[in-house]
Amino acid sequence: MLLAAINWHSFFFLFFALLACGFAVGVLVSSNIVRMAFYLVMSLSATAGLFFLAGAEFVGAMQLMIYVGGTMVLLIFGVMLTARERFINMQTPGGQWVLAAAAGGLFFFILVVNAFQVPDWNTPNPGQDQLAIAESKTTTQIGAAFVGVRLDRPEADNATQRAGMSGYLLPFEIVSVHLLVVLIGAAYLARAKRRVDQPES
Amino acid sequence: MNLLTDPITVSHYMVVGAVLFVVGLVCMGTKRNALGVLMGIELVLNGANINFIAFGSKYLRAETLGLDGQLIALFVIVLAAAEAAVALAIALNFYNNHSTIDVDRADDLKG
Repeated sequence: MLLAAINWHSFFFLFFALLACGFAVGVLVSSNIVRMAFYLVMSLSATAGLFFLAGAEFVGAMQLMIYVGGTMVLLIFGVMLTARERFINMQTPGGQWVLAAAAGGLFFFILVVNAFQVPDWNTPNPGQDQLAIAESKTTTQIGAAFVGVRLDRPEADNATQRAGMSGYLLPFEIVSVHLLVVLIGAAYLARAKRRVDQPES
Repeated sequence: MNLLTDPITVSHYMVVGAVLFVVGLVCMGTKRNALGVLMGIELVLNGANINFIAFGSKYLRAETLGLDGQLIALFVIVLAAAEAAVALAIALNFYNNHSTIDVDRADDLKG
């Protein structure tokens, strides 16, 4: 009876939300860099679960592949390459914690109060029960939107807008070039170099 | 307000996003390890992404951003990956030159 009253969507939302927030706080309070990296992996994975629950299955999959798969490998390599004894545990002075907690707490309070101010945001979607999350099927639409065709928006006001204004081809190309530049720049910056303070021989 | 039986709304997602954002911000401010600062940046971007997804979800609201929310979230993910690569390269370069990863020691430009 009690079990039947549970809204399972809300239940799984709570589950993933608590995981994401709990591990994020773990990243903050832990002073061990290796543990911080692990907590960050867990927090990012739980966020992917939240994306799946909101019906964004493609973005959730990309979150798992790019963030958890790519960015975390990068970060963990960084941790391993710089993991000397005195850099594993770096304590923050207590005074900074107090200041940071005060500023962060105030900012968090403002954000949460504002999140519940708009009635449109905190009223549930009336047709929520009729919508199945598994039916969203956004992958084709996202792929088409990246090459400039909006399959989800055929009813634009005029024909010129329909022709391609709402597509994302230009940002997609800019991001592609940006990634190439970043790849070259990172390889240039991180290449093995002679240390500056070494004497010439 | 019973969290287990009531349907969730955009506001709930915004609270989760706010937690990740503030935690990431405090992380950026307090960590002395440069990689810890980087992890704070990842958390901040993730918190922003949650808001984009929530406002784009047709499951949570009748009138939504639609596909735009998800597309912006994808751009944020890709740019975060690019940013992590460059920032990590800079951190490794700093470590090679100064033999430390402590951001407080990076004061070469101090007058």
